[in-house]
Amino acid sequence: MSMHNGDGKMRVITYRDAIREALLEEMKRDNTVFLLGEDIGRCWEGAFKVTKGLAEEFGDERVRDTPISESAIIGTAVGAAITGMKPIAEIMFGDLTTLAMDQIANQAAKIHYMFGAQAKVPLVIRTPFGGGVNIAAHHSQSLEAWFMHIPGLLVAVPSTAYDAKGLLKTAIQGSNPIIFCEHKLLYPTEGPVPEEDYTIPLGIADIKNEGEDLTIVATMFMVHKALNAARMLKKEGLGIEVVDPRTLVPLDKKTIIDSVKKTGRLVIAAEDCKTAGVTAEIAAMVAEEAIDYLDAPIRRVAEPDTPIPFSPPLEKYVIPDERRIIKTIREII
Amino acid sequence: MEKGKIIELYRKMLEIRLFEEKVFELYGQNIVPGTIHLYIGEEAIAAGVCSNLRKDDYIVSTHRGHGHCIAKGARLDMTMAEILGKKTGYCRGKGGSMHIADFSVGMLGATAVVGAGIPIATGAGLSIKLRGTDQVVACFFGDGAANQGTFHEGINLAAVWKLPVVFICENNLYAMGTCQSQVMLIKDIAERATAYGIPGVSVNGNDAIAVYETAEKAIKHARHGNGPSLIECKTYRHKGHSRFDPATYRPKEEVEEWLKKDPIQNLKRQLLEKGYLLNAGMAQIEREVNDIIEKAAQFAIDSPYPPPEEALENVYA
Ligand SMILES: Cc1ncc(C[n+]2csc(CCOP(=O)(O)OP(=O)(O)O)c2C)c(N)n1
Ligand SMILES: [Mg+2]
Repeated sequence: MSMHNGDGKMRVITYRDAIREALLEEMKRDNTVFLLGEDIGRCWEGAFKVTKGLAEEFGDERVRDTPISESAIIGTAVGAAITGMKPIAEIMFGDLTTLAMDQIANQAAKIHYMFGAQAKVPLVIRTPFGGGVNIAAHHSQSLEAWFMHIPGLLVAVPSTAYDAKGLLKTAIQGSNPIIFCEHKLLYPTEGPVPEEDYTIPLGIADIKNEGEDLTIVATMFMVHKALNAARMLKKEGLGIEVVDPRTLVPLDKKTIIDSVKKTGRLVIAAEDCKTAGVTAEIAAMVAEEAIDYLDAPIRRVAEPDTPIPFSPPLEKYVIPDERRIIKTIREII
Repeated sequence: MEKGKIIELYRKMLEIRLFEEKVFELYGQNIVPGTIHLYIGEEAIAAGVCSNLRKDDYIVSTHRGHGHCIAKGARLDMTMAEILGKKTGYCRGKGGSMHIADFSVGMLGATAVVGAGIPIATGAGLSIKLRGTDQVVACFFGDGAANQGTFHEGINLAAVWKLPVVFICENNLYAMGTCQSQVMLIKDIAERATAYGIPGVSVNGNDAIAVYETAEKAIKHARHGNGPSLIECKTYRHKGHSRFDPATYRPKEEVEEWLKKDPIQNLKRQLLEKGYLLNAGMAQIEREVNDIIEKAAQFAIDSPYPPPEEALENVYA
């Protein structure tokens, strides 16, 4: 937690409120910033209540409820972004970004490059990913890696209130399209956030727990499970370093590699499917750039390659938990 | 419509209503995982449409799909078991409330992605045409879904290929907290049919007989090779959108007005007025329906959860 400017007062707020504060502050600071999305306005205030009170504060013109038209939401946001506005689009569930994939992958991501840098696309797409609430295959996926695979997009994956607010402010002030991944289970979690204005640069990982024996690189809700695992193993005298990349694009390779150099052991934990997922990319990067520092094979904790099932025991089985993390750690330590 | 059919229609609607009330009750007891979208108030649509369908006809459903399943002839016990996430459910616990399917009765599944079912229904219609059968597809979706690109693409394609699909828009005036007038300048979604060159009609979705008769025409039209139609059924959900929604965005007077137009009370009144059923007959139907729903619920409650490792099965066929 080193990146905020100065050492002003902290207070404890939820991840949800931290995101709302970032939206509120940036909308006040810059009147080209506006929000659009389904049920984000005064009638519902967002499926996860992130935009609570914002329509009252800024009016329906700047907090725009849209029809259920994901492709048009993102397309409209792209059009506004290349002509002087700073849209922040909410897609109600991360799974539904698939409906807007052309606008995200072919339009938003490519316009700056393809048109020879004539235009910028300052667009933030906020969306919640992740499972754990028994809402099955269409509302529980973690698709962060899809977006990592598209040059031109940035991908943020905040795990705490502090990171969420600081990263979102940077995202809004930036000049590039960014997929701002939130996690449903993180919204009610609380953490310290400075009262004063601060931002967190993209591409700077945060060491959430220091340790000497093994590095876990974890993202989003898995950061908290990794921290729990680290606490449990501490009782056995094992020092687990938990590195949270905070953004996947850009990825802070240096912090990850430095940690691996120190510990010699690496576990990567993310909630998405294992094949071609977040963990795969990080594993490949370390294998390419730091294999000589490893004293044991890299291990990954990820979802098996299945859709997310509905029934609680099935869902619990596929979403990795602390037990899986600890078991995986024991395989290489 | 003949007497026996109307009584059957009534029974179906009551089955859906009492089933949904049971789901709500079990939900209160914390044994329904996840979220639920109840069909209470909209029963006349599923029942009225599906009473015209054969077992080998198809339907495509939505997140608010329990009523569609029941109307198409799915078993109540396996439907309830799926909603509770049990191994004995239609989808072995993998789908849940938002994703029930019973292919054995032509119920091709509920999708929780709003509007996604529309082109799938078109595809089932294409398959019917290619296979040369005289089946029909009924595709259910909401007013909110009518603003998805899939609505335009799916209906237009069904129109130009003259496919046997009846598109049923269940216009309950709201998509979550968004009322229709916020997101559409037209009142009657059926008007959009004109743009695709197909018949479109708006009907009182709380009048089961009106829905039945309107669907009957459209289904015959489709079955005889004359292509798709769009039927808009005006209705109202009695409860909130989902689980925790208190639905405070709806004016009180509007809610009261619509509660008075309860489709089941409506049909019950007509049955009594016409002398098709006496109070005793009504009471007997209620007892019978209650009984099967209690049994279905008990079956679901007593059923085991799937073993966790089953999560890994059936990813590929
Ligand atoms: C593509 C998509 N966007 C958003 C959602 C979230 N969502 C679920 S139901 C719903 C409202 C649907 O309204 P409508 O089509 O009118 O059906 P109703 O719920 O009224 O029956 C929304 C926005 C979703 N599931 N899928
Ligand atoms: Mg609706």
